[in-house]
Amino acid sequence: MAKRSAPEVNAGSMADIAFLLLIFFLVTTTIPKDSGINRKLPPIEENDEDVIIKQKNIFTVLINGKDQLLVEDELMELKDLRAAAIEFLDNGGDGSCDYCNGKKDPASSDNPDKAIISLKNERETSYKQYISVQNELVAAYNELRNRRAKLIGPRRGFPDMDFVKMEENFKDAKFTGNREKLKEIIEEIRTEYPEKLSEVYTK
Amino acid sequence: MSKFKNKKDDALPAVNTASLPDIVFMLLFFFMVVTVMREDTLLIENKLPLADQVEKLEKKYPISYIYAGSPTASFQERYGKEARLQLNDKFAEIGEIESFINAERLAIREELRDYLTVSLKVDSEANMGIVGDIKQELREANALKINYATGSGSALDN
Repeated sequence: MAKRSAPEVNAGSMADIAFLLLIFFLVTTTIPKDSGINRKLPPIEENDEDVIIKQKNIFTVLINGKDQLLVEDELMELKDLRAAAIEFLDNGGDGSCDYCNGKKDPASSDNPDKAIISLKNERETSYKQYISVQNELVAAYNELRNRRAKLIGPRRGFPDMDFVKMEENFKDAKFTGNREKLKEIIEEIRTEYPEKLSEVYTK
Repeated sequence: MSKFKNKKDDALPAVNTASLPDIVFMLLFFFMVVTVMREDTLLIENKLPLADQVEKLEKKYPISYIYAGSPTASFQERYGKEARLQLNDKFAEIGEIESFINAERLAIREELRDYLTVSLKVDSEANMGIVGDIKQELREANALKINYATGSGSALDN
């Protein structure tokens, strides 16, 4: 018998099979977008001793049921909140904060370590307004920290890096710089501008 | 008659589709790489609010998801339009959070239990009542690391 060459496999339906798989993956999978605002909840404590804090060191933000903002007992627009929070945190009223650029108003906060932002909301407040306010307050802290990072970063060998970038780099496994030093700076800036955001829990 | 005239001049040549499978495979691999399998089937509306001061959730630590929002159109007859809680694949009551968190804790390796982060995926139209209740339950379950999942965009557009 004469030798026959093997017949070619018909690959015409390959595209159909691939399409089928493609559509399967399109339907069953999602593109992950896991990002958000990290928060720590306060633990429930048995003995509730009231800590006395001076009124001037507290920056009260209340969001009412109609999504209006009441900041330090005055109505405020959301877009002005960030600037107001920065002014409060960076005030440095008692002069112990040599890196503050605020007005040093004795009627406002003593120093960033003592300044506390108190956030209160009602049950009818919408979640999106709450997130917007949280976002603006985090932005206020980030802005102050970024400014600090831009100032001390170049002196310590990390030029052109703001605080957010520093944290990102620290978490990034591909970062090639000096990790120990970077951590030191991040910790330092964190203690200079600690995030003291307390939420009022109604029982 | 012209000498060069084609014999079957009215038939268009067929487009060569030999590279079509390659193109589709390319798309397929792209989607296989950038997406993950859906974890839960959502029974609720889940349009996340926008924020721009966001941090990435680190995947190396365990994450549990809690969803809340008003039920989707097909469930509204039975459950109404008020925002509800979803744990895993079904609606749940607020009181079930504690046992949910404990079950999640049991499912992960012991040394990672303290690092459990709870990601709150709450619909932007929900109100703070339900979120406050969830937070109170989480405090009682001692799951204190939380993350408000958001989309990226300016918070002023919410």
